Amino acid sequence: MSFDPAITLFSCHYTSQQSCAEEGKELEQLGFPASINLVRVPCTGKVQVTTLLKAFEDGADGVYVVGCPEDGCHNVKGSVRAAKRVAAVRDALEELGVEGGRVQMYHLPRGLHPEFVEKGKEMDSRIREMGPSPFQN
Amino acid sequence: MIVAERKPMSEIIEMVQDCKKVLVLACRGCVTVCSAGGEREAEILASLIRLGMKKAGKSIETTIGSLVRQCDREYIDEIDQWKGEYDAVVSTACGVGVNFISNLRKDTMVYPALNTTFFGGSAKQGEWTEQCAGCGDCVLHLTGGLCPVARCAKSLMNGPCGGSVDGKCEIHSDVECVWQSIHDRLASFDRSAQMEVIAPIRDWSTAGHGGPRKIVRDDLTV
Repeated sequence: MSFDPAITLFSCHYTSQQSCAEEGKELEQLGFPASINLVRVPCTGKVQVTTLLKAFEDGADGVYVVGCPEDGCHNVKGSVRAAKRVAAVRDALEELGVEGGRVQMYHLPRGLHPEFVEKGKEMDSRIREMGPSPFQN
Repeated sequence: MIVAERKPMSEIIEMVQDCKKVLVLACRGCVTVCSAGGEREAEILASLIRLGMKKAGKSIETTIGSLVRQCDREYIDEIDQWKGEYDAVVSTACGVGVNFISNLRKDTMVYPALNTTFFGGSAKQGEWTEQCAGCGDCVLHLTGGLCPVARCAKSLMNGPCGGSVDGKCEIHSDVECVWQSIHDRLASFDRSAQMEVIAPIRDWSTAGHGGPRKIVRDDLTV
């Protein structure tokens, strides 16, 4: 059964900077999935476990975070902290009997690189394969 | 501090499955310091409870509260501000807090969100180790300030066992042999001779083996 997923992306200000060029139209033209709702944050290190969980509570079928490379975060350790929190949410989802893969962390270079779109597509297809969130009851 | 960690979510969801609304009650004492049951952890737990119940096809309302401590009567009284807002309290305090609420609130069902584990400290961020067993008969003045009751796997009182190898305990290569550490520390203070003093057979009645313990300070009671 196909469905249109709702995916929430929390992206670092620097990583997603170019993504907002021309009001996001450039991103759209590059094939960035329409299922992804991009939320820009000053630093992914500011994304709390509760922020990620709330996205699921608000109806997201999948949630992911894109931050700076591990060794090149603008705020030194922000993206490393984010990765730890994503891992904590993954563990919590699995404790609840939900696929941990519904939450992901990616470390990408700053600016609009092909990887930014690729990872969006990867997340979109992963969530489509998994189906609707079990929290949608 | 008292160190604790969250129970598995399956256990917590099982506890609250018949509830329509719960008060997730944080404690701003030890469990906040060990990041197990402070306000942030209570928020996370409330979210996980809502998600877990939603997955089970049920809905639940959560109220998040916090007390300075859950181990003193005057703070427990503050629970009354949430009266009528919950069917049960899910406490993120240590076991003392859960017991205290149960003792003092006869009509309130209280569930423990944490497994209370040990008295410990954190020398490294995100890592806690047991340092004290609360045995009620401290010998630290004889052992260089390092506790053989809590930190020796066998709680030996007269030096290491045969399983001490290169300063490590035989139970795991990550575990220090505290008796080796005691020896080295006493030696650094030129007190190695203390190792030769035979410790007498311990009276474990102070360690809870004589039933629940109680301290009464007449100078403080009125």
